[in-house]
Amino acid sequence: MSSSSPPAILADNLSKTYDRVPAVDALSFRVETGSVVGLLGGNGAGKTTTLAMIMGLTTPTAGSVRVFGADMARERGKVLHRINFESPYADLPHRLTVRQNLSVFGKLYGVQRLKARIEEIAEALDLAQFLDRRTGQLSAGQKTRAALAKALINEPDLLLLDEPTASLDPDTADWVRSHLEEFRRRRGATILLASHNMGEVERLCDRVIIMRTGRIVHNEPPDALIARYGRETLEEVFLDVARGRGAGARVETAQAIP
Amino acid sequence: MNEAPAGLELDRQRASAAGFSPARVMAMIERHLYLLGSSPVRLVDLAYWPTVQLLTWSFLQLYVGRTSQLPVLAAGTLIGGILLWDVLFRGQLGFSMSFLEEVWSRNLGHLLMSPLRPGEFVLSLMIMSILRLTIGLIPAVIIATTFFGFDLATLSFAIPFLFINLMLTAWSVGLVTSGLILRNGLAAETIAWSAMFAMMPFACISYPVATLPGVLQPIAWALPPTYVFEAMRAMLIAKSFRLDLLIESFALNLVWIGLGAVGFRALLASARRAGSLLAMGE
Repeated sequence: MSSSSPPAILADNLSKTYDRVPAVDALSFRVETGSVVGLLGGNGAGKTTTLAMIMGLTTPTAGSVRVFGADMARERGKVLHRINFESPYADLPHRLTVRQNLSVFGKLYGVQRLKARIEEIAEALDLAQFLDRRTGQLSAGQKTRAALAKALINEPDLLLLDEPTASLDPDTADWVRSHLEEFRRRRGATILLASHNMGEVERLCDRVIIMRTGRIVHNEPPDALIARYGRETLEEVFLDVARGRGAGARVETAQAIP
Repeated sequence: MNEAPAGLELDRQRASAAGFSPARVMAMIERHLYLLGSSPVRLVDLAYWPTVQLLTWSFLQLYVGRTSQLPVLAAGTLIGGILLWDVLFRGQLGFSMSFLEEVWSRNLGHLLMSPLRPGEFVLSLMIMSILRLTIGLIPAVIIATTFFGFDLATLSFAIPFLFINLMLTAWSVGLVTSGLILRNGLAAETIAWSAMFAMMPFACISYPVATLPGVLQPIAWALPPTYVFEAMRAMLIAKSFRLDLLIESFALNLVWIGLGAVGFRALLASARRAGSLLAMGE
């Protein structure tokens, strides 16, 4: 990657207000290409709104967000084929089989040799025996893997994940994390991960952005954050931040763009 | 790093091209055909109401025809009117229901985040409305021509003109109702079912425009389908092909479809501002 390449994500003074209530307030951060960044925060912190603005599904009230240099409010068509996402707010059509869903999305993303790609990704995600089953008939873990298969069908350069392992049993969740690690290692892809699972974030992320009431409170590597708070785990740090105590209680806007 | 797996060659240039992609339109049609194929109930439902409605009106025409000497009834204008009304109503419903399927299945976020462009999405909905309409109307047309003596041949060369005009109106209304659902969520779902009925009294399906009070006639002439139904009556009763009426309907439809497209875009932009797209669903 040349040094002149734009970052995978560049948010500049990004704000969103609903009925005069700020959901996201002057957010500025960058996510370098090839990194895995965790987006953390309590319920209502603004994570999903931030993700929706990055995806171009929600128009910012102020500021801008660029993905691979493209302004997502005006130029999202230039980069959408390089992005994919998984979110609990979106399902795959339940009446279609897994294979049919992957076929439709593969064609939307312009994937060549699609049949082989579907077989390949089904094999990798342990979905081969479920390919011809209706998506609505799958278990929660199988549905998550099917959603992940859709999110990876185009081998995205940027993968946006909103709670990818929520509602999964520990074994399946661990399996999904391993697959994400393998995907990142193999493709050098950028991943932005919104999660409440601090163990997952510690394991996967190079950097964490912690949000509270729509603002960035911290933006640094998990190890540095844990050390600065004098804690053992990111979960303990998260609790300190959520309860407004400890080393990072102040809003560190200066750290917004490291 | 960045090693593409075997079997994957993403044609990025093609996928990222700002232009229109027929492949993406076909993918969306494929998605809806999979859905229809998976659900016999949906297929039966497409044909059920047009058939029931046709039977009801046809029996009414038989009864009134036997007890009245009005030539308009003998000419089958009631049956013709109801068939063309179904083209209009089912055309809009086919568009709106295909759109609603995405909302009901919570798939809209996936689609709007994919390279699918709004214009491609809309075109796929238009094509699906034709397919759904065709499936729904085939039994009704067979019944009307076979059992009730409706002479489709009288309309034969005019059918494409009638059909195109009615579908353009159907799509115009479908665009606006879909935009309203995008903006307001499923709270606006009933509009998809009922919007076309607001047009019903003024489009003069079964009676001439002259029947309406003078004050309402300008409203009737502002509706593109009114010209279609007038043209149908002229053909069935007077065997006269009123190209002028069909051209007027087409011109008005161009305005309507333009307004529909502008409305859809504005409502989509409004939905993005409201942040309602990702969380939309049941």
